[in-house]
Amino acid sequence: MFNQRRNLIFLFFAIVGLLFIGKLFFIQVVDDTYEKAADNNAIRKIIQIPFRGEVYDRYGKLIVYNTPVYDLYIIPRKAVVKDTNHFCQVFGITKDYFVKTSQQAKTYSRVKPSLFLKHLSKEQFASVQDAMVDFPGFFFETNAFRTYQSRSFSNALGYVAEISPTTLLEQKGDYYRQGDYVGISGIESFYEETLRGQRGIKYRMVNSNGVEKGDYKNGSLNVNPVSGNNLYTSIDLAIQEYADSLMKHKVGSLVAIEPSTGEILAMVSAPSYDASQLTGNNFSTYYQQLALDPMKPLLNRPPSAYYRPGSTFKLVQALVGQQLGFIGPGTVYSHAGSPVKCHGHGPVNLRGAIRVSCNPYFYHAFRKMIYDNTTGDTYERSAQGLQRWSDLVANFGFGRKLGVDLGNEKKGILPNVEYYNSVYKGNKAWKFSNIYSISIGEGEIVVSPLKMANLAAIIANRGWYIPPHVVKGIGLKKVIDPFYKTPVKVGVEAKYFDVVIDGMQDAVNNGTVGPDGKIPDIKMVGKTGTSQNQKGKDHSIFIAFAPRDNPKIAIAVFVENAGFGGTAAAPIASLVVEKYLKRKVDRKSVESKFMQMNYLPNVYSAGGVSRKKVTTDSTKK
Amino acid sequence: MTDSNHIQGRIDWITVGFYVLFVGLGWLNIYSAVYSPDAPLSFSDPAFYDSNAGKQLVWIGTSLVLIICVLVLDFRFFESFALFIYLGLLLLLIAVPFLGVTINGSHSWFKFGSATIQPAEFAKTATALLLAKYLNDPLVNLSKFPFQWKAALIIAIPMVLIVASNETGSALVFASFLILLYREGLPGIYPALFIGGIAMFVSALLVKAWIILVVLILSAGILVLFMPIYSQRDPKTYLRLSGGVAAIMTLALLVEWLVNNVLKEHQRNRIRVLIDPGFDPRGLGYQVTQSKIAIGSGGFWGKGFLGGTQTKFDFVPEQSTDMVFCTIGEEHGFVGVMFMILLFLGFLWRLMYLADLQRSRFARAYGFGLVGILFFHFLVNIGMTIGLMPIMGIPLPFFSYGGSSLWSFTILLFIFLKLDSHRSDMLSR
Ligand SMILES: [Zn+2]
Repeated sequence: MFNQRRNLIFLFFAIVGLLFIGKLFFIQVVDDTYEKAADNNAIRKIIQIPFRGEVYDRYGKLIVYNTPVYDLYIIPRKAVVKDTNHFCQVFGITKDYFVKTSQQAKTYSRVKPSLFLKHLSKEQFASVQDAMVDFPGFFFETNAFRTYQSRSFSNALGYVAEISPTTLLEQKGDYYRQGDYVGISGIESFYEETLRGQRGIKYRMVNSNGVEKGDYKNGSLNVNPVSGNNLYTSIDLAIQEYADSLMKHKVGSLVAIEPSTGEILAMVSAPSYDASQLTGNNFSTYYQQLALDPMKPLLNRPPSAYYRPGSTFKLVQALVGQQLGFIGPGTVYSHAGSPVKCHGHGPVNLRGAIRVSCNPYFYHAFRKMIYDNTTGDTYERSAQGLQRWSDLVANFGFGRKLGVDLGNEKKGILPNVEYYNSVYKGNKAWKFSNIYSISIGEGEIVVSPLKMANLAAIIANRGWYIPPHVVKGIGLKKVIDPFYKTPVKVGVEAKYFDVVIDGMQDAVNNGTVGPDGKIPDIKMVGKTGTSQNQKGKDHSIFIAFAPRDNPKIAIAVFVENAGFGGTAAAPIASLVVEKYLKRKVDRKSVESKFMQMNYLPNVYSAGGVSRKKVTTDSTKK
Repeated sequence: MTDSNHIQGRIDWITVGFYVLFVGLGWLNIYSAVYSPDAPLSFSDPAFYDSNAGKQLVWIGTSLVLIICVLVLDFRFFESFALFIYLGLLLLLIAVPFLGVTINGSHSWFKFGSATIQPAEFAKTATALLLAKYLNDPLVNLSKFPFQWKAALIIAIPMVLIVASNETGSALVFASFLILLYREGLPGIYPALFIGGIAMFVSALLVKAWIILVVLILSAGILVLFMPIYSQRDPKTYLRLSGGVAAIMTLALLVEWLVNNVLKEHQRNRIRVLIDPGFDPRGLGYQVTQSKIAIGSGGFWGKGFLGGTQTKFDFVPEQSTDMVFCTIGEEHGFVGVMFMILLFLGFLWRLMYLADLQRSRFARAYGFGLVGILFFHFLVNIGMTIGLMPIMGIPLPFFSYGGSSLWSFTILLFIFLKLDSHRSDMLSR
């Protein structure tokens, strides 16, 4: 009678079944939010931070290592503190802190661990061990602090700090998370990826109470942490510390390079800071103080500061002028016809010009280099001449980065045609008479102390250099980028160096260098310079290498506001050279004199040099 | 007892096959839900028998005993004793508030040693038996009001008693007898009204009353538009249509009033969660959300047997009992749940086919009662795990963990198989 009703009933069932299948298709196949929600629920990602690589000096002395510190965590659900006063006493915290932090942890999660107390030292950790049985629900996690063996070398080392929000945002990939530590400057920053190692990740399954229930997918997705690689630097820690002590009470830089390898032996940026205070809880107060200091102790001056090279640049002019064929050892100029002034002496040849640092000599030589071509008017000839000149000078590393393995290396300025076209707003808007200041290292040319140390190395090597670097080996195999093994030729033939080195020898022996800058038993050759400073007293510069035959060390010293190059920079350089070559210094009176010498300006005015063309006559040596 | 020798030959092995498949798959699911990758339990470990999977194995074993008991009883017993069984269960339902124990917040269980029994589970079977017996009388005509009234009474008494012990979910199962009654001649208007009422209920919750009114008037207008010209001119047509609109509107307003004033807070919330899953994320919403996360994270192919994380690590409350479907969804994915739904529909089809083969109205009516109960559980249980039905404590037949549920469904099914195996012995009327 009602037989067809069975079909109607089944039709109804089938509609419900299809409705379910449709809904299931939607939530299982179409919508993928549930999958993510499930992972959030049940999979806990545990990050394991590996130890950061250590840093050694060239003889294997430890410079930077890690000290374990201990972070205390709380799981509110398991935490029972019967005697709060006792707890606060053991951990040295206030009751307020206890109440506030426990409450925060409870609000975050009753079952997941929250950080309770940061950075307990090994000693503190040991002292609370016995008491821990009374505090269930609390446990320690190991962390690590950078620890510094020496107070020296801080600027080149750089430091490690919590990643800043902008860096976090701009990072390539997604390695870093908020709160991660990252190298900020120096080699800590340059070698960040090799120092940090590879973070480990563990995927653990947790149940709804937050209790761990084993590895997710049998641990197939887990990644074991890999410790960071150690860095073996070329720094000679003894020399570095000695140089540091000499640069006390001064603003400036000292860079020493082994010419044959390009390895940096010492690198001082003065004033410096105490890197050990930039770790842990003290970081933000100390950092604030350093950042606000007008003497900019955080700046790593050797690769980053701007100076005019002054008379030290005459060495480049002497080399380039010979290579271009305009001057030779026998070329003689007098003071006549020169807008730049000099001291009273007669006409000099090239060697003599370097010895006395004769300004008109290099004015005339430069004029010849610029104008000695035949086509066009003075404007066109100036442009052509300068182009030829600057192409060759650029080989010495001026106006570009040398590629040192430190963060923040500055290019400096090597004025070329393009540069003057933009300064004077058009080609044919300038000629030699506008640019002659650069003939003696003044005017628009800007260098860093590192470039000048490299110049000393180029002269020591008679025409080539290996890009200066601080790290000579990475990791167990002590490998290094072939870039830091490959000599770079500057395009000046070796024979042209003889007369320059002779001139530098004379400059030290009976030229511009005073008695404090002479080492009795070492043949050091060098050149003084004075960098014009429109804001205060001029900066003292000296570059040198020693011994003259088979050079072992090339050095550049910049002392701000110390005036003439022979007064401060040369003696300091000579002391470092003596210490490096003899491992001791015999000239104790010179040593103590310059250790105590104070060249700090009363009111330090920050900032580099102005790019405005120098029109005043220069009488600096 | 004389027929027991023939049971093997006559029993419907296809249905038995479905049963074995469901119970077997159900057990594997429960095993997977309690399986811990850290410490897998072996069958020889006594601790295994303390776990849900171990206990369920015991329930399955005892179900076999129950099956044999049902099959060896004389087939006439069920019709003859239907009234006594019914009355006996009413007594148990009355006694449970006084003698029962509380499990999971529900005071509706009897405890015998370590076993617990929920009489409400068995009341469905008793009611189906008595209803079938009542309909076996050829004079009973469900298109007539007095008979409808008596049938309704048979259903209503245990329902009221179960509601009284606060098991609203179990009580709602009795609505499934509409399928039985419909098949046996209840006018189509009743199930239509029932479904319409639910539709009104949902729409009353979802949309404002004036929207319902607009929709009704619009549909009445369309109806008029498509009517033959001559009936459009009949004023009676308009009168009837207006009456219809007014009646449905009254129903809608009544529903709204019921929801807001009669339903208890927690009952109202269970329905609100359906519409707004973000509501009460820690309480009721939590269960729905977690259940959907578990199923949804299964994807197309699922995470594989024992591979689920959500159900295994207790993110889904009640995941072995009422929420067992989540494990299937998570571990076997869309493919698994689709297969499972199709399997269930096939099972229902087989049972209806068998029921229609019955010569006795008793057996046929009982068969449709069985189909209705199974369907209702299927509808509500799966519906609630995917957020289409309110959360109520209704197990998935044969799959959910629990002795009471497995036993009662086993008895329910095998009584029908027993009756079916004797269909040629029964009188056709
Ligand atoms: Zn001169």
